[in-house]
Amino acid sequence: MAAHTAESASAENAAPASPSAFSHALKDAFFAGLIMLGLVGPLVGFETVIRDGALGLDYRPLTVAVMVAIVFVGRLILNLTVWSPNRVVKTRTGPSPMARAVTAAGPAFKPALLAFAVAFPLIAVLSQGGLNESRYLIDLGILILTYVMLGWGLNIVVGLAGLLDLGYVAFYAVGAYTYALLATSAPVNDFFAALIGEKFWADWAFWICLPAAGIFAGVWGMILGFPVLRLRGDYLAIVTLAFGEIIRLVLINWVDFTGGGAGIASIPRVTFFGIPFNASEHGFAALFGLKFDPMHRIIFLYFVILALALLTAFVTVRLRKLPVGRAWEALREDEIACRSLGLNTTNVKLSAFATGAMFGGFAGCFFAVRAGFVSPESFTFDISAMILAIVVLGGMGSQIGVAVAAAVMLGGMEMLRNLGFLKQFFGNEFDPSLYRMLLFGLAMVVIMVWKPRGLVSTRDPTIYLKEKKSVSGDLVKEGHG
Amino acid sequence: MTDTSSPTDAPMLAVRGVKTFYGNIMALKGVDVDVHRGEIVTLIGSNGAGKSTLMMTIFGQPRAREGQIVYEGRDITKMPTHEIAQLKIAQSPEGRRIFPRMTVYENLQMGASVDGFAHFDSDLQKVYTLFPRLKERINQRGGTLSGGEQQMLAIGRALMSRPRLLMLDEPSLGLAPLIVKQIFDAIRELNRTEGLTVFLVEQNAFHALKLAHRGYVLVNGTVTMSGQGRELLERPEVRAAYLEGGRH
Repeated sequence: MAAHTAESASAENAAPASPSAFSHALKDAFFAGLIMLGLVGPLVGFETVIRDGALGLDYRPLTVAVMVAIVFVGRLILNLTVWSPNRVVKTRTGPSPMARAVTAAGPAFKPALLAFAVAFPLIAVLSQGGLNESRYLIDLGILILTYVMLGWGLNIVVGLAGLLDLGYVAFYAVGAYTYALLATSAPVNDFFAALIGEKFWADWAFWICLPAAGIFAGVWGMILGFPVLRLRGDYLAIVTLAFGEIIRLVLINWVDFTGGGAGIASIPRVTFFGIPFNASEHGFAALFGLKFDPMHRIIFLYFVILALALLTAFVTVRLRKLPVGRAWEALREDEIACRSLGLNTTNVKLSAFATGAMFGGFAGCFFAVRAGFVSPESFTFDISAMILAIVVLGGMGSQIGVAVAAAVMLGGMEMLRNLGFLKQFFGNEFDPSLYRMLLFGLAMVVIMVWKPRGLVSTRDPTIYLKEKKSVSGDLVKEGHG
Repeated sequence: MTDTSSPTDAPMLAVRGVKTFYGNIMALKGVDVDVHRGEIVTLIGSNGAGKSTLMMTIFGQPRAREGQIVYEGRDITKMPTHEIAQLKIAQSPEGRRIFPRMTVYENLQMGASVDGFAHFDSDLQKVYTLFPRLKERINQRGGTLSGGEQQMLAIGRALMSRPRLLMLDEPSLGLAPLIVKQIFDAIRELNRTEGLTVFLVEQNAFHALKLAHRGYVLVNGTVTMSGQGRELLERPEVRAAYLEGGRH
């Protein structure tokens, strides 16, 4: 670094002629290589080995040479390109070409994405050549959509209202356990058996519990909201984090009620609005004249979560245009100003918590019906962190960004499982899926450096006068969180 | 402390012996201020005198530990801030506090949330007439406006709630003299044509006292002088303390 500064200082004196610039670059790279040699020479160059029961020394000149060469060449390239004194630094005004391309493609992008999501099961079946073969892809689609929905739900709390919630998984858990407990409850089953019919509860449990799970989670959202009304930023994050852990610990330890760490198994499966997916003559396949296939249920689940996710997006978009949604955004920007404009910030915050939690509850209910089994292990802090990462990476407050981030993060992580061919290069011991979290972290760092405000950083105004004009997010001051 | 020349009816806003604390530090040491209907009243004082504290105390943030604040006959000392705002007191707070990521239009909409949206369009036209610059910037984000435009937006946003009392905290702060003149002209215009009552907190004593019907001088948490705006302007103490730099 010192050599580099000296070089740039000397370069200031006169307009640098290109031969002298090159010799400077070479000299600087040479010194960098020398420093590297000094560093790795002793550290890497010598290796202690046990030889004939005694400690001996091995030398590794080749490794050292390779490392020094990498530094020398790398430094030289950087000196001649990025750090070159002749380089004209591009100053950017206005949106980048890519942002402009995104804006231009924007109107077509959303319908295209939606069409792809709707047609996805068909594409999966056709590309994999059969229903059963497509199971992996459709399961992946369900997983991604679950996270898209959770991301959109958390987006209301974090992206719109600006309340940093690290315990969102709690509402996911509340939703899942609401369904698991109600659907497997004997008294509820008996009640409906006596009232309506023997099979009623088994067939309709999911459709009745779905709204109940949302409402219940929403109530829990308010319960969390009350004690944290006065908190913001870091303090709020810590309390919500604790809330998520409390819910999980209660689920583990209240064995009588929740089944403890063993969880709840044999939860009734989803039905086609009362018609079970089984091989019987009253099953879905028989009624629709199809050959029974367990994949029908999976594909139906895919459409259920797609519908739930779209509901979340639709409600969010609508709410943003209503006074309550605008109040959330104003709250994120400036709480004191909100209050002096006559907004009851207590109600604004509670409604944000409750609405966000409600969608978490829906997603939880879906999770329980899909897996058929719930246990506290499924609701760890990792899930909260993952959802929050999706929201932040997608660009807070942006619907489409969150969807893309969820697809990239989860899809990308799944892709790593399929990189078996890398074993040819790195040997049979190599397991690419072990590097998933490493690459995940790397991707997050890269996105945050490259796009500090997330993939989609522009915020669409909820209302326009005459023309629609969106201003790139980096031209605007950071919102105070 | 009330000025004898003011109308005979009870003041619109009466601040009586208000003491406000930040922790153990007494910021307001028993302040009495009256604002009568249709008046422009200004509160001047140097940095740290407690001007903004008084303004925020009227709005309940922080609360007065002692004393009483009465607005249109109602004791609002212990009322939550948003309920005070619903009584049609509007505020353009110190540092403007506009919503930077929301557009000018959305900012103005937020201002109208107390009033409902019944008169939204006509009120919007009024704000446009007052500050034509805002009309040009209507779809722009608040954070991208210049300082003067942000101040206009803050005042415009406050006006959207159809206030009976408008409280302005240092609207001239950091602005070019020409913009300050524009903003003060707008305040005078509002007062003259609509009879809007204005409570103005200012460091820019010369402009503020010229504009106001009456003024108070706040020093170290206590009101030391009060009287007609022009009259205060002539007082040697005021001139020495606040106007030594001449007319600026």
